[in-house]
Amino acid sequence: MNEITSAIQIIPLEHYILLSIIMFSIGVLGVLFRRNTIVILMCIELMFNSVNLLLTAFAAYHSDLTGQVFVFFIMIVAAAEVAVGLSILVMMKRNVDSVDINQLNRLKW
Amino acid sequence: MSFLFYFLSAIMIISGLLLVFSKSPINSVIALIVCFIAMGGQYILLNAQFLAVVHIIVYTGAIMVLFLFVIMLLNLNKTTIPQKTSLTRVSAVIAGGLFFLVMIAASRQALEITPRYPFDGHTGLVSAIGKSLFHEFLLPFEISSVLFISAMIGAVMFGKKDPPGYSDPVYRNNNTGTA
Amino acid sequence: MVTDSYLKALVWLVPLLPLAGFLITGLGRKRLKGHIAGILASTAVVISFVLSVILFFSLRKPGTEPLTVTLFSWITTGELSVPFAFLIDPLSLTMMLIVTGVGALIHIYSIGYMHHDERVNTFFAQMNLFTFSMLLLVMGSGYLLLFIGWEGVGLCSYLLIGFWFKNPDYNYAARKAFVMNRIGDLGFLLGIILMFFTFHSLSFSEVFGKAATFDKGAPVITAITLLLLVGAVGKSAQIPLFTWLPDAMAGPTPVSALIHAATMVTAGIYMIARSGVLFNLAPVTLTVIMVLGLATAILAAIIALKQNDIKKVLAYSTVSQLGYMFLALGLGAYSAAVFHVTTHAFFKALLFLGAGSVIHAMGGEQDITRMGGLKTKLPVTFLTFAIATLAISGIPPFSGFFSKDLILAKAFEHNLVLYVFALGGALLTCFYMFRLLFVVFFGNLRSPEVHPHESPRIMTIPLMILAVLATVGGFLNMPSLLGGHSGFLAFLQPSTQSLETGELAHSTEWGLIFLSLALLGTVFWIAWRKFLKQKHIPEKDDHTLNLAGKIVYQKLYIDQIYAFLLEKPYSWLSSFLFRKVENQLLDPLVDGVGHLTSELGTLTRRFQRGNLSFYLFAMVAGILLFIVFILFV
Repeated sequence: MNEITSAIQIIPLEHYILLSIIMFSIGVLGVLFRRNTIVILMCIELMFNSVNLLLTAFAAYHSDLTGQVFVFFIMIVAAAEVAVGLSILVMMKRNVDSVDINQLNRLKW
Repeated sequence: MSFLFYFLSAIMIISGLLLVFSKSPINSVIALIVCFIAMGGQYILLNAQFLAVVHIIVYTGAIMVLFLFVIMLLNLNKTTIPQKTSLTRVSAVIAGGLFFLVMIAASRQALEITPRYPFDGHTGLVSAIGKSLFHEFLLPFEISSVLFISAMIGAVMFGKKDPPGYSDPVYRNNNTGTA
Repeated sequence: MVTDSYLKALVWLVPLLPLAGFLITGLGRKRLKGHIAGILASTAVVISFVLSVILFFSLRKPGTEPLTVTLFSWITTGELSVPFAFLIDPLSLTMMLIVTGVGALIHIYSIGYMHHDERVNTFFAQMNLFTFSMLLLVMGSGYLLLFIGWEGVGLCSYLLIGFWFKNPDYNYAARKAFVMNRIGDLGFLLGIILMFFTFHSLSFSEVFGKAATFDKGAPVITAITLLLLVGAVGKSAQIPLFTWLPDAMAGPTPVSALIHAATMVTAGIYMIARSGVLFNLAPVTLTVIMVLGLATAILAAIIALKQNDIKKVLAYSTVSQLGYMFLALGLGAYSAAVFHVTTHAFFKALLFLGAGSVIHAMGGEQDITRMGGLKTKLPVTFLTFAIATLAISGIPPFSGFFSKDLILAKAFEHNLVLYVFALGGALLTCFYMFRLLFVVFFGNLRSPEVHPHESPRIMTIPLMILAVLATVGGFLNMPSLLGGHSGFLAFLQPSTQSLETGELAHSTEWGLIFLSLALLGTVFWIAWRKFLKQKHIPEKDDHTLNLAGKIVYQKLYIDQIYAFLLEKPYSWLSSFLFRKVENQLLDPLVDGVGHLTSELGTLTRRFQRGNLSFYLFAMVAGILLFIVFILFV
């Protein structure tokens, strides 16, 4: 495999953009649609990843490494976010005995 | 090559929709895992091998397993959470659709994009990423470890059991048995 | 011989020790038991005194350059550059010795005087803070540092006058002192600002250096000096701001001795003496000072004639003596004024501490009509009090004679009328002091229910030391008339720039001394006949007095006049503003703003339902709007 190929040479960049937008919109839809907090967290992950994909696509398109390094850092942040988010979820389950987002209704005043 | 791209894209979109619309959280997790694996395929197609490997390890290997653990430990699969009212569900779909349309419109407005550098097949190979990471981005790389430590400590602090006698009176009184 | 850097270390240790004492006793006031706080505080001041003595002996040689010790650069902004620096020259050395020396004695005395008080630790913390501020005042190398000390001693004075704050009258007295001082401080501050505008500097050396380029009588210099004078008048209790000092006697007696007799009230004199270069250029101001000082001296002496409170008499006598110092300042004899400050610190502190001892023995009684015959009961107190009385009356060879005679001689050189009035004041001083002495210590005890006893040794020993100082203090400046060489004045001259005047002929001087001595003897004889032989007891109230006596007894109604002239219009104005402007204009306006906010809040709180899903919707809608705005607008 001397000649390393890349899909970006064949498939137009617009299609990657379109795919990312679709995935991101699905994430937004899920966040708004569901009441289960854990699913909402997963939808947030989905949005993260759609952005990652787009960044990678651009990086490959421009042959610029920086985009890919950024994806790496985003993954780090996402991992930390998930750890904290899930422990908040555990906490919520313990205190409210539910993971229904409508139970968290004290965020006022 | 292009067939693979569209095939993986279709898998991603379908599993994404499954994630949103399936009733059981376990099914949602599995749909998301499928979606992520397909995304790993996309990375390989983009010749970003390092990212593909990291993505599979971190997301499907660690994060999604974490989700599964939480679901199992909290027994979330049994508890059913009522769906939102139809009005909010419709408005959610409308909002999502609007978001999609606006983003499409935004992308149509974008200027024509031309590659900044001539194509280089070595972009995204492990050696290239490694060199960049340990030269240009050494400091952020090291600092991200601090972020991890703080996230870990935070998670442990949140996860600890409250001392006996501690209770939040408002929740205890208002919400017992509603879940 | 001590090295220079060693001396500099000593310099900043002098104020640091009382500060440390303040911090320790202040922070540990809940923990320290018994005499510990007093011993700590006294030790700090005693060590400061020892250090000051060392400094004095290292720098006393004539021609020694003043020592400037810069600790750090404090403010640097634009043209203003203020280092945190101390200036050690003869004048500040003299003041340091007075502050730490008399201060140390009074601290020690207070251990005995205050031992029964429950807030004794707080007392010593505040006394140490006062000592620190006063040292800052006299050691500062510029007007700003002087001002900090100035404000610090004002604060401590307020705190200590109101030390027994459970009595509303005492609180009122403290407030009065503070407000009156504030009037003076405002003038002082304005003077400093004007000085900075004129000279672009606030350090003594630079200001005085640049002042030399101004003509004598330059309007700006006159303005600056008049403003500084306002500050000095407030701090040193001169007409018209003197009424706070008699009321300040509400504080514990050691406080009266330290703050309101020996040190703080002389800050104004120190400041003017320090600024001698400026005041020399403003003859108008000097005249004003002279007139004010003489008027205060006589007025206060007259009021003191009829007071029955032992501390009030001493307070008015302090005001009167401060008037003499101002008179000396007004004559340009700054060194003479500082000399009187020194001797006055000795005998007035002694008088107050003696009065404290009497009050202590009488169980808190301050009314002299209820005392009497304490001569045998309190022998040490009587003896020391008598020495102080002789000193303040100006009877040789006690210290007051030398300093007062110096001032009188200067007045004579200047103007005969001035001399006559000043001598009259001195005679009044002699009369009321002997009245006090005779009524308190001679005759029979007029309140049989108390059994006075001599104070403990910790209180009498400071009395004895001060008595020795009050006796021999005058020899510091033996005039050439008596074979001396005016050592004190010569020592001070480099830092005060007194106006030189020709010496009087020795024969004239002898004549003046014999004249004043003869008159003093007459006055003494009158007092002796009236209070000792006829056993005259001062009236308890003013019913039996004739009109003149009544007016004097009521302190010339000055407080009432001030109340009528200043307080009445002020309260009328404020009540007018309150009723019309505040109630009918400002209040509705402010309330309206509040109502508007609260109405808006009721409107918008409907969106704040606490429902996370709703918030998510709102967020997405916001993002959408944002993007649309960027794209299409």
